[in-house]
Amino acid sequence: MNPQEEKVKIITEEFIENDEDADVGRQKTSRVQRRKRKKQLPTAGPDEMVSEKSHLGDQQEPGHEDPNADARPLSMPTRRGPRSLPPIPSASRTGFAEFSMRERMREKLQAARSKAESALLQEIPTPRPRRLRSPSEKELETEFGTEPGGKIQTTQQEDDSQSYSRVKFRDSVRKIKSKTPVPPGFPSAEEAYNFFTFNFDPEPEESEEKPKAKNRDGANQEEGEGEEEEAPVPEGIDKTDEEVLLDDKDAVDFLLGLDRGAEDIVAVRPADYESVHIRLQKEKELLFIPSRRTVPTYKKLPENVQPRFLEDEGLYIGARLEVPRTNQNIMENRLLMQEPGRRWFGDDGRILALPNPIKPFPSRPLVLTQEQDIKAELETLYKKLQALRNAVQVSLNPAKTPKSLDTTRRAINEYKSEIRQTRKLRDIEQEKDRTLLKTIIKVWKEMKSLREFQRFTNTPLKLVLRKEKVDQKADEEAYEAEIQAEISELLEEHREEYEQRMDEYRSAHQQWKAWKKAQRTKKKKKKQGVEEHPDDEMEEPYPEEDPVKPVPPEPTNQAVIEQEVRERAAQSRRRPGEPMLVPELSLAGSVTPNDQCPRVEVLRREDVKRRSVYLKVLFNDKEVSRTNSRPLGADFRVHFGQIFNLQIVNWPESLTLQVYETVGHSGTTLLAEVFLPIPETTVVTGRAPLEEVEFSSNQHVTLDHEGVGSGVPFSFEADGSNQLTLMTSGKVSNSVSWAIGENGIPLIPPLSQQNIGFRSALKRADAISSIGTSGLTDMKKLAKWAAESKLDPNDPNNAPLMQLILVATSGESYVPDFFRLEQLQQEFNFVSDEELNRSKRFRLLRLRSQEVPEFRNYKQIPVYDREIMEKVFQDYEKRLRDRNVIETKDHIDTHRAIVAKYLQQVRESVINRFLIAKHHFLLADLIVEEEVPNISILGLRLFKLAEQKRPLRPRRKGRKKVTVQNLSDGDIKLLVNIIRAYDIPVRKPITSKFQQPPRSSRTFSEKQAASPTTHSPTHSADYPLSQVLVRPFVEVSFQRTICHTTTADGPNPSWNEELELPFRAPNGDYSTTSLQSVKDDVFINIFDEVLYDVLEDDRERASGIHTRIERHWLGCVKIPFSTIYFQAKIDGTFKIDTPPVLLGYSKERSVVAERGFDPVRSLSEGSYITLFITMEPQLVPGESVREKTSDMLKKFDSQEDEKLLQATEKFQAECALKFPNRQCLTTVIDISGKTVFITRYLKPLNPPQELLNAYPNNPQATAELVARYVSLIPFLPDTVSFAGICDLWSTSDQFLDLLAGDEEEHAVLLCNYFLSLGKKAWLMMGNAIPEGPTAYVLTREQSHYLIWNPCSGHFYGQFDTFCPLKSVGCLIGPDNIWFNIQRHDSPLRINFDITKPKLWKSFFSRSLPYPGLSSVQPEELIYQRTDKAAAAELQDRIEKILKEKIMDWRPRHLTRWNRYCTSTLRHFLPLLERSQGEDVEDDHRAELLKQLGDYRFSGFPLHMPYSELKPLIEAVYSTGVHNIDVPNVEFALAVYIHPYPKNVLSVWIYVASLIRNR
Amino acid sequence: MAAAGPSVFLLMVNGQVESAQFPEYDDLYCKYCFVYGQDWAPTAGLEEGISQITCKSQDVRRALVWNFPIDITFKSTNPYGWPQIVLSVYGPDVFGNDVIRGYGVAHVPLSPGSTSVCENICFRHKRTIPMFVPESTSKLQKFTSWFMGRRPEYTDPKVVAQGEGREVTRVRSQGFVTLLFNVVTKDMRKLGYDTGPPDTHGILGPSPPQGLPG
Repeated sequence: MNPQEEKVKIITEEFIENDEDADVGRQKTSRVQRRKRKKQLPTAGPDEMVSEKSHLGDQQEPGHEDPNADARPLSMPTRRGPRSLPPIPSASRTGFAEFSMRERMREKLQAARSKAESALLQEIPTPRPRRLRSPSEKELETEFGTEPGGKIQTTQQEDDSQSYSRVKFRDSVRKIKSKTPVPPGFPSAEEAYNFFTFNFDPEPEESEEKPKAKNRDGANQEEGEGEEEEAPVPEGIDKTDEEVLLDDKDAVDFLLGLDRGAEDIVAVRPADYESVHIRLQKEKELLFIPSRRTVPTYKKLPENVQPRFLEDEGLYIGARLEVPRTNQNIMENRLLMQEPGRRWFGDDGRILALPNPIKPFPSRPLVLTQEQDIKAELETLYKKLQALRNAVQVSLNPAKTPKSLDTTRRAINEYKSEIRQTRKLRDIEQEKDRTLLKTIIKVWKEMKSLREFQRFTNTPLKLVLRKEKVDQKADEEAYEAEIQAEISELLEEHREEYEQRMDEYRSAHQQWKAWKKAQRTKKKKKKQGVEEHPDDEMEEPYPEEDPVKPVPPEPTNQAVIEQEVRERAAQSRRRPGEPMLVPELSLAGSVTPNDQCPRVEVLRREDVKRRSVYLKVLFNDKEVSRTNSRPLGADFRVHFGQIFNLQIVNWPESLTLQVYETVGHSGTTLLAEVFLPIPETTVVTGRAPLEEVEFSSNQHVTLDHEGVGSGVPFSFEADGSNQLTLMTSGKVSNSVSWAIGENGIPLIPPLSQQNIGFRSALKRADAISSIGTSGLTDMKKLAKWAAESKLDPNDPNNAPLMQLILVATSGESYVPDFFRLEQLQQEFNFVSDEELNRSKRFRLLRLRSQEVPEFRNYKQIPVYDREIMEKVFQDYEKRLRDRNVIETKDHIDTHRAIVAKYLQQVRESVINRFLIAKHHFLLADLIVEEEVPNISILGLRLFKLAEQKRPLRPRRKGRKKVTVQNLSDGDIKLLVNIIRAYDIPVRKPITSKFQQPPRSSRTFSEKQAASPTTHSPTHSADYPLSQVLVRPFVEVSFQRTICHTTTADGPNPSWNEELELPFRAPNGDYSTTSLQSVKDDVFINIFDEVLYDVLEDDRERASGIHTRIERHWLGCVKIPFSTIYFQAKIDGTFKIDTPPVLLGYSKERSVVAERGFDPVRSLSEGSYITLFITMEPQLVPGESVREKTSDMLKKFDSQEDEKLLQATEKFQAECALKFPNRQCLTTVIDISGKTVFITRYLKPLNPPQELLNAYPNNPQATAELVARYVSLIPFLPDTVSFAGICDLWSTSDQFLDLLAGDEEEHAVLLCNYFLSLGKKAWLMMGNAIPEGPTAYVLTREQSHYLIWNPCSGHFYGQFDTFCPLKSVGCLIGPDNIWFNIQRHDSPLRINFDITKPKLWKSFFSRSLPYPGLSSVQPEELIYQRTDKAAAAELQDRIEKILKEKIMDWRPRHLTRWNRYCTSTLRHFLPLLERSQGEDVEDDHRAELLKQLGDYRFSGFPLHMPYSELKPLIEAVYSTGVHNIDVPNVEFALAVYIHPYPKNVLSVWIYVASLIRNR
Repeated sequence: MAAAGPSVFLLMVNGQVESAQFPEYDDLYCKYCFVYGQDWAPTAGLEEGISQITCKSQDVRRALVWNFPIDITFKSTNPYGWPQIVLSVYGPDVFGNDVIRGYGVAHVPLSPGSTSVCENICFRHKRTIPMFVPESTSKLQKFTSWFMGRRPEYTDPKVVAQGEGREVTRVRSQGFVTLLFNVVTKDMRKLGYDTGPPDTHGILGPSPPQGLPG
């Protein structure tokens, strides 16, 4: 309804403006007034009405008006009149004007409300008005046509249906109500009449006005006022008459209505129902649901404004917050609806979400200062241009150029292009210059006008434009010459270009011509063809493919070029003859004195005087000094003139000046900060120029005087146009420089840190390190990265990075080719490196932390170097030195020395790897956690609850395992339980064959035999077979501690004794690794205790006993500690390693009688001992470490097929699931650390021919010989050498080269030999006693299986109870792996038929066929014959050494050597070798007895493979032969070495002690 | 060599495991032990100890007070591996099994000084150690360990004094233990180690550490 409102305004204005129109507009006024009154009503009306209105709803508005109208007349009765009466003419103009003004105000206030009301008035009239209006409607129809009326009616009818009843009811209520506030007696017919007429008057008016407005097409109403306003006037008059008529009727109705009121109130109506449609419609009116659609940009921006994107202008605006698009749209729609003023939207048409980078206040443009720079630049450019031109001239002159033509041309070309560039630059500069000059003049003019306007001058600033007269003619000439030069250059350029193009054209044309020709000939042919076949006439083939006929390039038009040049010159250059303007700024102007200034100006000047300014100097963001506070001069200048000397300690990072302003005595305010650059190192005192740095603050200052203030818009012009906003801004003149010291040396930072730009950038750009240090080393890369990652160069966060890149890529600064990670490392170094190396203490500390074995557990490193002995390092240094020196002292044999060295190195490398792995922890290493029990364990546990506390048959309970951390010496004990032994050899009745020994030398036991104290029946001398008893005892030695049991009797003794041996870890280091690498063995020796009566005199026999105890070694069992450690316990019966010949003892014949009763024992030969060995407390074996490293090793590369590896993992997982305890091996690690499939190791390999030739007709004997050969290769357990890390499998040739290996290598070699012998053989992985997890070889003979121990060379039948192999995990053949899935795993109880898939799960099956893996073994083994001479030499050396040792071991006794005996033994040993220690005993004994008849002889041959000397010595020592301390004892020692191919040596040592019988 | 000055320095620590705050548990006892580097050796006193079982106090503090004395003297040549005291607190769970209630560790204070009984002097060497226990690897394990009274424990309480290998464990914090230390050192300054606070320097005044004597 804007038109209406506007009109009202306009009309009232009319009244003000032309009172002569009053008469004409009288009618108008009346109407206007009426309407005005109506509009006033809501304000004037009582409050209750307002409230009522609000909750009655908009429909009621018409009804509302009535009471309001009622109230009005009371206050303004006079003005009411005009409706019926002519207006009072006497109303004065002013009064009217005032009135109208007030009206206007009110109207403004009520604009919105009245708008709504009038709108509703039109649309929803009450039923009564409709009835009343009918006549007027008619009239409307007559006068204005049906349009409005019809409209109204339709709307009415629509609304009536629902609103009629309600409205009516309420109306009547209101009528009553409206009456009530009126004082009694006052309301009258007239009142009522007024009431109603008022109410319904506007309706037709509105309707007529509306069309009127429409008629006017919303155009300016003022225009047609005079004329068109006339039209409604008569109508209005008519209507008023009519109204009177109608209202009379109305009044009657009203009165009647009053009577009827009661009935109306109680009228019962059906419940209102609003259809959904309508409700939606209404909701639509009430509710606003913002659309989700994107708002077009033009709606969000002021009209005709293009969105402005600040990023495009190179400003950094930051990243917007992520908001879903729909939410954004909703918000935008809402904002648009709520507040049409677009203040929520930025210039880019998006909601403001980020701080605006643009200052709302422009800062002062600085005009004058730039002048100088540009001038200088211009000069240089000019000069350059001239120089270049000259150069071209010179070089073009061929006479003068001694250079070759080629180079000249190139140079010329370069010059020319440079000229072009320079020209362009010059033009640009010139243009700048001109515009600058223009602006200067403009500013000066402005200033002048301002001064004139203000009528006073404030500053002495004065600009004088000095005109430099120029010689018109010369100038013109110069100008012309310049232009000509340029033209000629351009022409030349163009010509070149033209020629080039011409060339192109020519060649193109040539081509085209050729093509054309070809085409023509073709055409001709075609034509002929066409003639022949007129039917297939066709168009030129592929017309579009014709090469376009090249167009010759147009020659350059000189005129055009000239035109261009001249135009450009006119634009950017001073016209010829135009005087040169040189602006000169001077301070010569006069300042208007105070008394001539207006008051405000005086005020301003005083204010300026009150202000003072001081500066603070901040270095590295810390205030270091400040200037005095100086008052601001009248010309706004402050002179400080102070010099601050700054001694800096820290690296200069920033230098800042802070400008503070003080006003009077009030506080200071920080105006601005000025950042000064750190001066270059070349800038020293005295040479530093004064520099001006601008600053500006965004402070808002509004002053109450003429002063401009800051940030406040103002205008220079008198009319207030052309507003400007100036900020507080200024310049600081300063100079920063490095001081010069006393001796003239500039006090600049140290040279190493001279590269300030780069370094400081580096320092600031700490963020760079996050990119990765490699970025810094290569600046180009960094720049590339920055470009690729689209870093916003405007982002302040990236500033250091960008600066760095800029500096680096510009090539100005020196980029070091290194990057220092820790710049301050040197400062923080503990001591210098030299000192660190020199100090013994530091060296010791370092070596310890590197876990060098010698120092790993070094305790209490002394404080002072002097307390550290040099010898501490000696061992270590020696080891380092010896690493590559092969030492033959211990090894005798050079080959073995090399091998030992090699092994040592392998060991070291593996240990190093292992040390790394040691620092890799698993959860289980740190936390003890119960495993999740499965249902059976849970059930067992529940069952246990009900278990008896003291069961009849107690079960063994597991001991608690102890971790190794808190152990120390003496905490760990080795418990050896010796239970019993079987088949101990018994003494032979030596006397039976020969003469009785002399009485004195008869054994004590023999003497005792008849004594009644002897309980054993075997002791009786009249034992049927004159059995000589044996009194064995067991001695256990470990780490040189010796314990022995009591002596038992008989060949099957039962000791059942527990021996306790302390355990000491090497170096007191009880860590898992250290324990794993303990190499000590437990020796269990069985001795026979023999008592000799040494009583010299028979007469004393009655009174005393004098006997000597002798112990005779019978055999031994050797168990490595590592086995005990890994197995936790060793429990079983072991074969005693007895010497093949045990003089004076025998087994078979003596126990013939017993054998019959013991069928089990009879199956095997030899003696056995039952043992139980464990450690107290039980130690947790470092198994986890082992697995872990093997896991790690698994990650080493493999050449196996990926699929195969996956299959192996799957196979192993499946097997482990079924039988977790059974060993399943599919892949192993070879010596180079690669994973290899195990079957690749198995391949028939030829044994030495020598062995095959030995028994050509006896395959079994050959097999045994081969096994013996293999067993002669020294055994070296992996677990010891590699400290429990992993099994490394070497191939057979490597094994033979190394001459050392563990079970696997032995087994592989043996298996390969058997395969080559044509046997069916498999590698058998399982558990054996005492080795633990090990490898055996299984062969299939005709009817039975044989189990071979590859390390000892022994073989066992499948059903041999004494077979050390206790369980079988899997069998490995050359082409498959079979996992044992039978219930039992003991070889006694399993079936070795691998063809049965129910018993053996095979790796390769039909689903995964054997892919035919190539072997890692060599094609053939080549055996060198061993040098016999070397062997003999070795033999002699060993003998010598052993003899020396024995003498050493008997320090208190004389050791005599019986040479005769020794030579006898030496002859005997080869026999033993030949027979492999069998069936020679009797002959040997006989021979010995024959030769050494008068000696009591005890001794035995030892047999072992040769690896090193030390084991031999140990073995000899452990027999205890040297312990005999009979005074007249003699010794015999013989060594025999039998060489086998490939340097495999079999060593026999015969030791014997002889006691001469008297 | 003895004439040239001391070749070891001594560190005497006494104090007590005063009390604990374990809001959820009661009837706890505590073990302590010392962990120290290779250059350290205890010369006197107890390296390990196990306290009595204590019940919660009835007042609002609900404190578990042990007042368990610590008294030990170390000698060393090198401050590396400075002694740490490792505490482990145990107590019964609902089924009466002794389970771990918390591990904690603290270095013996570096600077000499004693706790004063007087209220208005600061307790220089009063340490409140947060305690933690290892977590089960899975919910199921957690349940079974709760059910069977076998909570996850460190293989060795001394693990908490080392940084190595801790990344494989997860722990939960529970409770605090308060320790009091009195520390006396001998010859540290003579060997070039300056640990004392400035106010206890005495006549010598702060002398720059001479690095290590060569």
